[in-house]
Amino acid sequence: MYLQLAWRNIWRNPRRTTVILVAVIIGVWSMILLGALMRGTAVGMVKNGIATLTGHIQIHHKGYREDPAIENSMTRLRFVETLLNEKLPPAAQWTRRVRVNAIASNARHSKGVTLVGIDPHTEAAVSFIGTAISRGRYLRPDDSNGIVVGEALLDAFETRVGRKLVLMSQDTAQEIASQAFRIVGVFKAEMEATEKQFVFVPRPTSQDMLKLHAGISEISILLSDGYENLAVYEALKAALPPDEFEIHNWQELLPFQTAYLRILDGFMWFWFLVVFVAMGFGIVNTTLMAVFERMREFGLMKALGMKPWWILREVLVESFVLLICGIIIGNALGFLSIYAFSGNGIDLSALAAGAEFAGMTRIIYPVVAVKDVIVANLTVLLLGLLVSLYPAIKASRFTPIQALAHT
Amino acid sequence: MSIETKMAWRNIWRNPRRTILTICAITFASVLLVFMLSFQFGSYETMINTSVKISTGHLQVRSERYQKKKNIRFVISDPHKIGGLLDTIPEVDAYTFRGQAFALISSKDRSYGTLVTGIEPDREARVSRLKKLVREGNFLTPADNNGAVVGKLLAKNLRVSIGDELTLLGQGRDGSFAATVVRVKGIFSSGLDEFDRSAVQIPLATFQDTFSMGRAVHEIVVIGRSLSDVSAIKARLQADLSALDDRKTLQTFDWQELMPGLRQAIEMDLISGLIFYGLLIIVVAFSILNTFLMAIFERTKEFGVMMAIGTTPRRLTKILLLESMTMTLIGILAGICLGIGVTYYFQVHGIDFAGGSELLSQFGITGRMYPKLSFLSVSIGPFMVLFFTLLAALYPALKVRRLRPVEAMTAI
Repeated sequence: MYLQLAWRNIWRNPRRTTVILVAVIIGVWSMILLGALMRGTAVGMVKNGIATLTGHIQIHHKGYREDPAIENSMTRLRFVETLLNEKLPPAAQWTRRVRVNAIASNARHSKGVTLVGIDPHTEAAVSFIGTAISRGRYLRPDDSNGIVVGEALLDAFETRVGRKLVLMSQDTAQEIASQAFRIVGVFKAEMEATEKQFVFVPRPTSQDMLKLHAGISEISILLSDGYENLAVYEALKAALPPDEFEIHNWQELLPFQTAYLRILDGFMWFWFLVVFVAMGFGIVNTTLMAVFERMREFGLMKALGMKPWWILREVLVESFVLLICGIIIGNALGFLSIYAFSGNGIDLSALAAGAEFAGMTRIIYPVVAVKDVIVANLTVLLLGLLVSLYPAIKASRFTPIQALAHT
Repeated sequence: MSIETKMAWRNIWRNPRRTILTICAITFASVLLVFMLSFQFGSYETMINTSVKISTGHLQVRSERYQKKKNIRFVISDPHKIGGLLDTIPEVDAYTFRGQAFALISSKDRSYGTLVTGIEPDREARVSRLKKLVREGNFLTPADNNGAVVGKLLAKNLRVSIGDELTLLGQGRDGSFAATVVRVKGIFSSGLDEFDRSAVQIPLATFQDTFSMGRAVHEIVVIGRSLSDVSAIKARLQADLSALDDRKTLQTFDWQELMPGLRQAIEMDLISGLIFYGLLIIVVAFSILNTFLMAIFERTKEFGVMMAIGTTPRRLTKILLLESMTMTLIGILAGICLGIGVTYYFQVHGIDFAGGSELLSQFGITGRMYPKLSFLSVSIGPFMVLFFTLLAALYPALKVRRLRPVEAMTAI
């Protein structure tokens, strides 16, 4: 009965209802859409960070993160591999890498780079490189002196596929080791810095060059069930002897992205609250006016025996119906807009250098997080009802005499 | 006070509750915008100043080809002549010469490839903040000829401390083999990981000797008296340079050209900010539109009477617009005052971002953030609010003209 009454009441003045409804709809729509875009920015940053040779979990020799030098390589691999086969869920992927600082040079240029020795097959399943080749080809396990470099590095060195590139680094005997490679492929990455930093060679070649034998620098693990599951990490951490190995999850490996995720929630809720306050004034004002206009009506209802509490409830139900309408339409529009953007995303290529400076990816895809949607809708609904209490209480306090005398 | 103003003023206080709520909505939007814009502008200035003071300077003179490809061959062969020009420009606060070359740096047990910069210790200290960032040991002095200051992360990676030797190996300007040995004199920490991981600075004279540079340098780094002087200095300097250099190889580049990433990041932040504020203002405008609309429906009868006794529709519209304008202006003025107050408090005390310090330090912001009041940051937001509210007020004010006195008077 209340609902029916409320529905009819709010449409007694369609123009007024429409205007306030539009305010609620725009508010909710912007919360849903901008929330998804902000979430999408953050998820894009994290995904890109994880794909850029990070993975969800990394295992190193103790001290490698502090001092990523050749001495801190892992040699007891059999032990780690047995452990991984035992503890990792079957869908998880992992790969071995050699990773050291090196100097790349050709006839005209030289530059500091990170030399990464990879197993082409397992690496492709873990990091971005498998799908990032833009020219030439990806490494093959039987390449002995092939190297894959980034577009930006290729430009800076004024060279092309098929040309030579010399890498120089320190080997395990503290001597300078150098070897000539032939560029077989070029990769394109989300960030120019990545293209300039990493060069990929086959793992056995890098091990020979650096006199590492079977030693490797890191093991990178990609879990299948999303990046939030850290149970596996705990299990591995407990099983690895801490005096020989160190293990890190992506949150420790990507402090920048983790910090961004942390302040994102706060920022988003602040934004929700601000939008709400802006429409809150409208809700109070509209409800208040509706109540004063109907003073006679409330007086009459009271005279007929309605209790103050019932009137209060009646006004609140009206607000509730109004808010629910606004929320439903706002959400529908929000999700439609998200759907429209989800195909091609928002392309920031025109501001690529800026995006890179801010650590963002070039294309932003909206991401719907259930938490954000719930928080946005609850903010509007609960606070909306809360501010409607004021006019509702006012309405419940009219005395019949006073109200009926009012013209 | 004309009769219309008087009527408008009385009308808006006929329902004080409604008026105050409306004004509050406008005030809220204005306060928020003043604060947020000041906050954004403040953080941009911090970011720009940090980057400018650590590496690039406000503007630089470089060979056009050096700007495109950082090759050691593209030099400024007679820097002192340009120094002479800079001395005559009053807005220039300080300038210094720098040379840069890629080199392999080796300590006793480590080697890294990085960019070595040759600096003039005395003048560098006036241009960059580097001297103040030295955490261990000392900054270079003009008397040093084999000293070096290195970034904290690089020092850690090289496993060196104060007094240790570093060998530099590279290629000179003429393609010859360049080598020298320097001693670590100071270790600095700027908070910008990228910089602390790669920077090595040695005295310019040593640099020029080692890399066969003669008297040539790669960059002339200029700091103006303030950020706003940059464009004036650039215009003047560019004109002087063209007169001086007939082949026009030397160019001035301001910080926006030297750090396109920073400029674009600021643009991006500003655009996304404006989208947020635009949406916020639309929501507020709709909230207010209702108040304006209501005021008219409630008063249909009154307008009918007014028209019947001879008020022209024009005058009615005027009164209504005066009413909404008064409310908006009161709201905006209150908003500006309150906004300035709140912002000023934080401008003095700073805002603590404990959770995000890792994030912010990468943009050169350490610990606290300070909003900065300026004419622009105080005026843009309220102006946008004013514009949109008046737009919202226009609809009801024009609608009233279509009322017919007889029908209007019989309305309830």
